[in-house]
Amino acid sequence: MNKVQTANKVSQQELTGASGQSITALRYTGDISSASKEPVVGAYQALDKATHRFLLLDFKGVEYLNSSGIALVIQVLMEANKAGQKIAICSLTPHFTKVFTMVGITKYATLYADEAAALAAL
Amino acid sequence: MTMSSESSVEVRLPSRLGYEKIAMNAAATMAKDMGFSEDRIDDLKTAVAEACINAMEHGNQLNAEIPMGIVLSMSQGQLEVKVLDDGNGMEAAPSPEKPDIDRKMSGEEEARGMGMFLIQALVDEVEWVPRTEGQSFVRLVIRLNKENE
Repeated sequence: MNKVQTANKVSQQELTGASGQSITALRYTGDISSASKEPVVGAYQALDKATHRFLLLDFKGVEYLNSSGIALVIQVLMEANKAGQKIAICSLTPHFTKVFTMVGITKYATLYADEAAALAAL
Repeated sequence: MTMSSESSVEVRLPSRLGYEKIAMNAAATMAKDMGFSEDRIDDLKTAVAEACINAMEHGNQLNAEIPMGIVLSMSQGQLEVKVLDDGNGMEAAPSPEKPDIDRKMSGEEEARGMGMFLIQALVDEVEWVPRTEGQSFVRLVIRLNKENE
């Protein structure tokens, strides 16, 4: 990673939705680009698919996102879909909410304005 | 960075991923100065970043020694951004195809490959110009009069 790129980090937190649903939040910070395979795909793959059935991808801390980063999110959606896991996404900016909708991601993941909206609905 | 006139700025950047953010932020600064709304500036930022990534990856083969050129030109009611590289240019279809999320999800289509679609969808005008003499480039335009449409 060069100095222009901002390090991408991910943290994990266990949450409970309003319906009692257990939800694993993956919270990203920094840039999400082609250099983010480990924090995005790697962090997802490190989770046990049998116990983490519902995931919330939280973009609140993301400073920059490009199509290579979106492709990594699609890779996570693809693997989760095959494993029968459910994915929700929260805290995208209005611009990236539009972009995710344009590329069709909303067919496979529900977008929520923020974590509170996601937890209230799940 | 070169100021070639009051309304035009030229930037040369190494073909190294991440440097597209410098071009993106330069375009955003000019667009803000011209009075574009925040959502149009966000559209422009993504389009410029994707154009630069294409130029670096496909045009200059990620060779950091080969600079990518960005020319930002303000004129009456519009901002034009040219991104130049040393490749042969994109053989773009008149309208890049919308990504097929079902094919991507099934693995029939690469998860990547959305850049040209996003550029086309987010700016008012786009033109891919193959190399004839000099460099190939992509030309993007956003217009202020679209703000009220």
